[in-house]
Amino acid sequence: MIEALIFSLIVGATVGLSAGYLGSIMVLEKMALVGDALSHVALPGLALGILLNFNPLVGAFMFLFVSAVLIWHLSRVTKLSFETLVGAAFTLALAIGILIFPDDLHALEEALFGDITSVGLIEAIAAVVISIVVISLTRVIYRKIVLGLVSEELAVSKGINIARTNLLYLLLVSLTVAIGIQITGTLLVGFLVVTPAAAARIISANLSRYCKLSAIFGAISAISGILLSSYFNILPGPLVVIAGIAIFVAVMIIRWRTKFTS
Amino acid sequence: MVTDDKNDHCILKVSNLTVEISNQPIINNLNFEIKRGVTLAIVGPNGAGKTTLFRALLNLVPYSGKVEWNGKTKIGYVPQVLSVRDIPISVREFLSLKNESESDIKAVLASVGLDSEEVIDKSLATLSGGQMRRLLIAWAIVDKPDVLLFDEPTSGVDLDSEEAIYGMLRKLTAKNKITLLLISHDLHIVREYSDYALALNKCLIFFGESKKVMNPATQKLIYGEPICKEYGEIHDRSINI
Repeated sequence: MIEALIFSLIVGATVGLSAGYLGSIMVLEKMALVGDALSHVALPGLALGILLNFNPLVGAFMFLFVSAVLIWHLSRVTKLSFETLVGAAFTLALAIGILIFPDDLHALEEALFGDITSVGLIEAIAAVVISIVVISLTRVIYRKIVLGLVSEELAVSKGINIARTNLLYLLLVSLTVAIGIQITGTLLVGFLVVTPAAAARIISANLSRYCKLSAIFGAISAISGILLSSYFNILPGPLVVIAGIAIFVAVMIIRWRTKFTS
Repeated sequence: MVTDDKNDHCILKVSNLTVEISNQPIINNLNFEIKRGVTLAIVGPNGAGKTTLFRALLNLVPYSGKVEWNGKTKIGYVPQVLSVRDIPISVREFLSLKNESESDIKAVLASVGLDSEEVIDKSLATLSGGQMRRLLIAWAIVDKPDVLLFDEPTSGVDLDSEEAIYGMLRKLTAKNKITLLLISHDLHIVREYSDYALALNKCLIFFGESKKVMNPATQKLIYGEPICKEYGEIHDRSINI
């Protein structure tokens, strides 16, 4: 049990860091709900993994990856917004996921809300490696995405391929969501992409502080949720969310007090 | 798009430029040519194709015809709208998106009349309108372009600041030998601060020295109905500068 807790904490810390870091871009792009909704697309992949007896996280990643590429392509062809397409994809995925999910209530609960007892050494190593890759690649594209946000014309005129950058970004989100599912479950993993960044945004005047705080808040939310889950012996997902919301509220109070006293 | 130019003085040659968006003609058979170091103002009513012309010059929209820049031309562009207010970004981070050299950033801030010590770590959201316009000029020149395309440099700025900003732009472009193409609605500013004016209303209305061509009579011509079809042959002419 202690081993599983340590591995879970490693996964939680690394996923929290990378999800918070990636999420800081998503909040800037005003696509917070996209990150949240995209995470639900993993459900049919988890179901297939359980049904066909392979690692459900691989199934989750495959579904997320294919959906991300499909949504990216459709948004270019149809000129529909990401929000619209992700909205349609996630409800479809939830429907398929529920239809094909095996008749196993515990597995469904684990898929939806996470389970730290199932995390082993391989998952922990995978989470560390994937998080390092995700954070490194996100660092490379961060400036490009910010320049694109400031002005798409400027980014294009400087030779930045916005469509390709967006695709890479979506793939990184898919990877992070796939490994985060172990801790928070597919229903709540989007939280790690959204709320830490929202809290960091409130108290940041520059990008450097903003993305670092977002990553740190993500890691603290995940670690606190896992520790609480282990202590109270309940599902980790909802506790990660509650820990993250506590950070958000604390940041709001600090900001309000600073404003009030200055 | 870019060619090695035989004439060293010519920096841009536009020939038979036509832009259509969703099958709607935005620019119709435009021809002009400009020399290095001049300031060219582009005037015309809303929807005349001014911003689209800039986008075509930057190869951001599909077009027919030719846009030929001198081979080694580095182009800077400042669009009409920059969405920076919602991004937690400091002045230093903003400018370093284009040029990471700290000394270049401080020098360029000083050249646009901003105290670098005071503003460099400030969030863009806390800058005043005048400071923001100055910062945009700094942003435009921080990576040392040869040509600057500036879409409405002083929109949202009061009249006094507007004159100050244009005065500063003139000094900066003269000092750094920058060719400036700017879009403006203010015909007084165009007369005072540009060498040449190009009036556009779907097609070329006229093109010549600002002080000669900008007068009350031509103002009516600029802001009237598009005249490409009726008077295409007469008005759609190119004057090389």
